[in-house]
Amino acid sequence: MSYTILYGLCSAVLVGLGLFGLITHAQPLRKILAFNLIGSGVFLLFGVIARRGAAVGFGGDPVPQALVITGLVVAFAGTGLAVALLLRLFDETGRGTLRPDE
Amino acid sequence: MAFDIVLVLLILGVAAWTLSARDTFAAVVGFIGFGLLLALAWVRLAAPDVALTEAGIGSGLTGGLLLGASTRLRGTETTASGETPSNAFYLSAGGVCTLISATLAVVLLELPAEAPTLAAQVAANLSVTGLDNPVTAVLMAYRAVDTLLEVVVLLLVLVGMWSLAPDHLWGGSPGRHHPADPDGALPFVAQLLVPVGILVGIHIFWVGSVAPGGEFQGATILAAMWILATMAGLVDTPPVSRRWLRLLLVTGPAVFFAVGFAGLALAGAFLAYPEAYAKLLILIIEIPLTLSIAATLALLVAGPPERARQQ
Repeated sequence: MSYTILYGLCSAVLVGLGLFGLITHAQPLRKILAFNLIGSGVFLLFGVIARRGAAVGFGGDPVPQALVITGLVVAFAGTGLAVALLLRLFDETGRGTLRPDE
Repeated sequence: MAFDIVLVLLILGVAAWTLSARDTFAAVVGFIGFGLLLALAWVRLAAPDVALTEAGIGSGLTGGLLLGASTRLRGTETTASGETPSNAFYLSAGGVCTLISATLAVVLLELPAEAPTLAAQVAANLSVTGLDNPVTAVLMAYRAVDTLLEVVVLLLVLVGMWSLAPDHLWGGSPGRHHPADPDGALPFVAQLLVPVGILVGIHIFWVGSVAPGGEFQGATILAAMWILATMAGLVDTPPVSRRWLRLLLVTGPAVFFAVGFAGLALAGAFLAYPEAYAKLLILIIEIPLTLSIAATLALLVAGPPERARQQ
């Protein structure tokens, strides 16, 4: 399973990339996007752990795989709520930033 | 191996582009492509169930939601881009993130050779559930309480989203009305695709007991078909105060809870299934649950009510 570790390294870089975007982007929508990249990295990490746990004829440990499915759905719901909050902020103030009034 | 290297480089390249693209709309399009590439990675990691979910929910539904938001917020982009942080800020942020990535990578490389796994336990008890797909068995039997909490979270998020509507729009319809264009391409595509898509959604749900698929993947396809039909103007999103809509949303979780409490009396624990009826009970939960999840997902994409209720 030497190629599995490749995806492990990919997940580590994804977490770093997403965190960088979350910190440096000023626009909230870009922050939400970057946060989803972190999430994808964490899920991929679970996938690597699951693949390493392959046994008794299964290609991977089904328990972490099921956890990732649950996680993906909850991540989508969280993104939806964040976007709804952002759009409401825009409707109320006409602005799309998180910076307090100057 | 060569395929994996190319795939990983593509994933990281598209992810970096998603962050660096000037235009948010373009960044979201990049994110959708990123999700589809990631679904390929999931196939390579021998997790086809997750690949389906990633392609459907992670890439499709999240992408659609963000595309809609980026179009509405397009006007604010120029003002926000004026807030550029200093180079020192970029450098220190980059340093921290590199450190975190490096730590994660080192931990991954140092993992013990003998990976802990629950695969054997799942396999040993699989026959009791009457299911052949181990992932569905974990979701619906061994860790059913996680799935139950998850659908409750989905409902709570929907309630939270609806409460963001201004007072005078409370109880109205989400999203804009898309009038049907009788000569347009979209209604034509929708008329062709929606019936097929509904069948595919039901199929993906149904084969979930023996093959990759299941209620979340099937529900995503059903939700996508509803979204397509509303975008084409074939149907209109109902006002969120409609009783049948609310019943549709809560029936799945309610049946799940009912079977869970019945388990207390019949099998001695919450969400325990009596062995002889395990598969039947799982089906009784899954059918209404799939419909409820499909409706919840579609309404989460539609957003809070934006049109006042017609009296």
